Amino acid sequence: MNLLVTLITAGVTFGTVLMYGTLGEILTEKSGNLNLGVEGIMYMGGAFGLAGAFYYEKAVGAAASGPVAIVLALLAAFVAGCAASAIYSFLTITLRTNQNVTGLALSIFGTGVGQFVGEFMRLSEGGYVALSNHLKDSFAAAIMPDFLQGIPVIGPILFSHTVFFYMAVVLAVLMHLYFTRTRSGLYLRAVGESPATSDAAGINTTRYKYLATIIGGGISAIGGMVYIVTTAGCVWNHEGLSGVGWLAVALVIFCIWRPLNAIWGSVIFGAMMIMYLRVSLPFMPQQLYKILPYVVTVIVLIFTSMRNSRDKQPPASLGVNYFREER
Amino acid sequence: MLGITKSFGQVLANDHIDFSVRWGEILALLGENGSGKTTLMNMLSGIYQPDEGRILEDGQEIYIRSPKDAYEHGIGMIHQHYKLIEVFTAAQNMILGLDDVKMDMRQVDARVREICERYGFEIDPSMKVYDMSVSQKQTVEIVKVLFRGANILVLDEPTAVLTPQETVKLFKVLRNMKEDGKAIVIITHKLNEVMEVSDRVSVLRKGQYIGTVETSRTNPQALTDMMVGHAVSLNIDRPRYDNPQTRLVVEGLTCVDEEGITRLEDVSFTANTGEILGVAGISGSGQKELLEAMTGLYPVKAGSVRFLNDKGEEVELIGKTPMQIRRTGVGMAFVPEDRLGMGLVGSMGMTGNMMLRSWRNGRGALLKRKDPQALADRILEELEVVTPGTEYPVRRLSGGNVQKVLVGREIAIQPSVLLTAYAVRGLDINTSYTIYRLLTEQKMKGVAVVYVGEDLDVLLELADRILVLCGGRVSGIVDARTTTKEEIGLMMTHLGGKEVNG
Ligand SMILES: Nc1ncnc2c1ncn2[C@@H]1O[C@H](COP(=O)(O)OP(=O)(O)OP(=O)(O)O)[C@@H](O)[C@H]1O
Ligand SMILES: [Mg+2]
Repeated sequence: MNLLVTLITAGVTFGTVLMYGTLGEILTEKSGNLNLGVEGIMYMGGAFGLAGAFYYEKAVGAAASGPVAIVLALLAAFVAGCAASAIYSFLTITLRTNQNVTGLALSIFGTGVGQFVGEFMRLSEGGYVALSNHLKDSFAAAIMPDFLQGIPVIGPILFSHTVFFYMAVVLAVLMHLYFTRTRSGLYLRAVGESPATSDAAGINTTRYKYLATIIGGGISAIGGMVYIVTTAGCVWNHEGLSGVGWLAVALVIFCIWRPLNAIWGSVIFGAMMIMYLRVSLPFMPQQLYKILPYVVTVIVLIFTSMRNSRDKQPPASLGVNYFREER
Repeated sequence: MLGITKSFGQVLANDHIDFSVRWGEILALLGENGSGKTTLMNMLSGIYQPDEGRILEDGQEIYIRSPKDAYEHGIGMIHQHYKLIEVFTAAQNMILGLDDVKMDMRQVDARVREICERYGFEIDPSMKVYDMSVSQKQTVEIVKVLFRGANILVLDEPTAVLTPQETVKLFKVLRNMKEDGKAIVIITHKLNEVMEVSDRVSVLRKGQYIGTVETSRTNPQALTDMMVGHAVSLNIDRPRYDNPQTRLVVEGLTCVDEEGITRLEDVSFTANTGEILGVAGISGSGQKELLEAMTGLYPVKAGSVRFLNDKGEEVELIGKTPMQIRRTGVGMAFVPEDRLGMGLVGSMGMTGNMMLRSWRNGRGALLKRKDPQALADRILEELEVVTPGTEYPVRRLSGGNVQKVLVGREIAIQPSVLLTAYAVRGLDINTSYTIYRLLTEQKMKGVAVVYVGEDLDVLLELADRILVLCGGRVSGIVDARTTTKEEIGLMMTHLGGKEVNG
């Protein structure tokens, strides 16, 4: 029991990172754009997010307040992600380059930029970038009141998490409502299903594609930042981040493009990723644990395609560029 | 529309076309496949931008830069390949792009129902589009245009997939709208519809404007000549084959679909060499399932399909894979409803698409290009496919020309049994008759042809015998030379009728 509780709690910590990556990519893919650059975007988010908090603290010194640092880190990561996916949008939507190729390029580009910024901070500060313990604590703090956290079993599972987790859950719910209840959500889904149809109906497909892709990129980037300031302990750690973006892309499929599924989906994925630390079996090599999420994704794919339900398919125009006069 | 010109790369689709439609009239736009009808109308609805030319409304020049502009000018269009979001409900499809309609789905549903009731259509607003049949989808398109309201209405081949009854309803709606003073343009290849519903007819040929005539002062023959540019004969020659032999025996064929609904029940008939067996029936009466079951694409619950070759040997086809069936010589020119999706690869040229059927003939890993190339050239010439060349991606061809490539390829395999369904759907008159001629040619070579068709007049003229399906069962088999349209119509709706062995 105890083991399960710690596994879930740890799963939530890592899952929060994935949840941002996945939610962002769901938004992007709903518009019909398959942005494979999530890996790069999350790198950039991590580096710029850390930089935001770090230079803020450097500027104001000991007076630095936790909440302000959180907001700045969020903003910096979000803006970096938006910028990266704006490049992707311009290339694929306006210039109509191949989405897969562009996404892969962005992936390489983003990891490079993230690395550069991270290393630059490290070197220019003389070998080590770290925030003060005071800020570290405010990033990692559990925000729920003590009496809730104190409830056995439920407390640690539901109430012992950072502000980032609860924000992600709220975001998932908001996105769900947006897709299912609002006009603009309906239009966005229409664009992802068939840009030609939406265009003929008078919807500005270009605008929807741009906005969804750029904002989606920004959300994904927050995931990278969350990783650096929670799991990595506010130190630039490119090794831990590597592969997270790809996992998020797989998770989008696992969630069959539904934001609400991302909440539990990312916790499961998160738990699977750290399982080797908690329930290691002596004869199982670590690497085998790490392929678990991908194996599960493949199984989900097989099941959804076997059930053949039309509502569980990817947006019909995913990965295809649209040009009005082409047919 | 004045002096409209539009080209796609090397294709000149519209060449200085002057075109006008008046308030309160129904104008039919006629032309062969690829003559530029869809292109011209797409410029009106904002999908394409003209390279040259002006568009005037009530004498004032208007600029249509996007579909939204068109909507604001009251122009509504039903597109040739329907534009609906498959995973949305009918009602959700209606409100796309309408920012001023409240997002209250119950209210929208009610309005959709009201329109349906007023005009006599039947659709369920909360039904998902992917659950609909093709004709239901078309109905949704029509209701969508009514829902959105339009003063100028363009319909691009709206009747291609409708049943005759639905067509009648549509025409009633169009006449009502005309009474209201709206301007309506309808594109269709069915000349009887043109004669029935339109006030004037404008004709395009190879991207050029030929002229406009009053419908009351013309006839189908004259219109066809205008479209094609020279006289064509609208008669189908039906020679008799001397020595018909039984080629295919179908007995007690029963098929059940995934949901357990019986699609075909106890269907028995024979197909003979040198004979065209017509298959008639209201759409969805099991025609598609019948052909698919015979070629191994549809699971069969009971019954047998036996193939008799020239030496009199029998081969049972049920239980064989489509590839094995094909090898015994049963060819199927099934023209799917979704032409590009199921039959052809859109981004490849004609030659490449020919190869999809013949690649097995090559030796080793290398493909043989010469034969497919020759075949592509032959189809291009015989069916007069409008394309810059055999390497031009078929996706860019006009709707009818895509169809020609598909049908041409299937007929060219020279099978001993040829199954076709809706082979002329969306084809212009001239090409339709070419296809009829080709089918008759095949028949005279001793091929057993099964032809599933919608147009009863054509079935009566083309086929030797007609099998009438009604709700998945054989309503009767009649001799096409002696039967009447009324008799078949009755058999289509009621089981029964006399059995004639031809
Ligand atoms: N988007 C496009 N890209 C390239 N070529 C095109 C495009 N649209 C149309 N064409 C070409 O323009 C010509 C006219 O096509 P159009 O679709 O207007 O014909 P149509 O009269 O509607 O024929 P059909 O009766 O077969 O529908 C064709 O040769 C077609 O290949
Ligand atoms: Mg057309």
